[in-house]
Amino acid sequence: MLELTLNHYLAVSAILFALGIFGIFLNRKNVITILMSIELMLLAVNINMVAFSAYSGNLEGQIFSLFILTVAAAEAAIGLAILVVFFRNRGSIAVEDVNILKG
Amino acid sequence: MIEALFFYLFAGVMLASGFMVVVSRNPVYSVLFLILAFFNAAGMFVLIGAEFLAMLLVVVYVGAVAVLFLFVVMMLDINFAEMRAGFQKYLPLGLIVGGILVFELVAAMYGDAFSKASLPVASEIANTTQLGGVLYTKYAFLFQIAGLILLVAMIGAISLTMRKRVGVRRQSIAAQNSRRREDVMEIVKMPSGKAKAKDDAAAGSVDDK
Repeated sequence: MLELTLNHYLAVSAILFALGIFGIFLNRKNVITILMSIELMLLAVNINMVAFSAYSGNLEGQIFSLFILTVAAAEAAIGLAILVVFFRNRGSIAVEDVNILKG
Repeated sequence: MIEALFFYLFAGVMLASGFMVVVSRNPVYSVLFLILAFFNAAGMFVLIGAEFLAMLLVVVYVGAVAVLFLFVVMMLDINFAEMRAGFQKYLPLGLIVGGILVFELVAAMYGDAFSKASLPVASEIANTTQLGGVLYTKYAFLFQIAGLILLVAMIGAISLTMRKRVGVRRQSIAAQNSRRREDVMEIVKMPSGKAKAKDDAAAGSVDDK
């Protein structure tokens, strides 16, 4: 219990990932909270990568965690920009309203 | 021993704040709890020996992404109470899916594969130095592509949100520089004695000379 193993980190990351999924299900209407849940899931993935990298003595996991961080930042910026434009056009950010393309 | 205690502290606070991100009533609180979760994740990274990524997490996530979220939450004028209408309805489904996911992921760990491993002894070289040694040699191309992705994201975000509003007077330097005297000035010949105002008459007389 007091000896840290890889399993501890994996369990924390699994719970955090499930919390992200839970958040997406729970906040079906609010795009901002869905984006934050996605960030939580990406953080869980990063913890997984770094834990495996540290416990296997291989730096590649940390390198890829760095790239995940880059892509997550880009995704957040683009997602929030789309959100702002959508709000400007429709006056709402509810997911159900995102159906203009529906035929 | 002390490491394990800190691990449980970081993990507990991180999971609690992650839960609060999801269930919080006010999105501003969600963002603040997200920041807390990222700080604790950074602490966990320090604990495991990935100092560089820990600092990167604080700088990139807390410094940029979370502040971006905060800006957007505060900028949009939304009734967030209305948004939580289906909260109760989706709660059971979310709990079921999340529970199944946790069960599967934790069940996958109960083999011998991972539990035997213990943290290797930290090397003399600092983590940042080691990362730099790999990142700028073996993964140099990927590093460049990551920069390109950030550039594309930046241009995309700017071009998405920039708009031309009517009724706003903006400075157009090109238009200013391309003005020529012939286009914008004209000399009006005023016959003397017929001007209404005195200074107009003076200007007319100067013009005549």
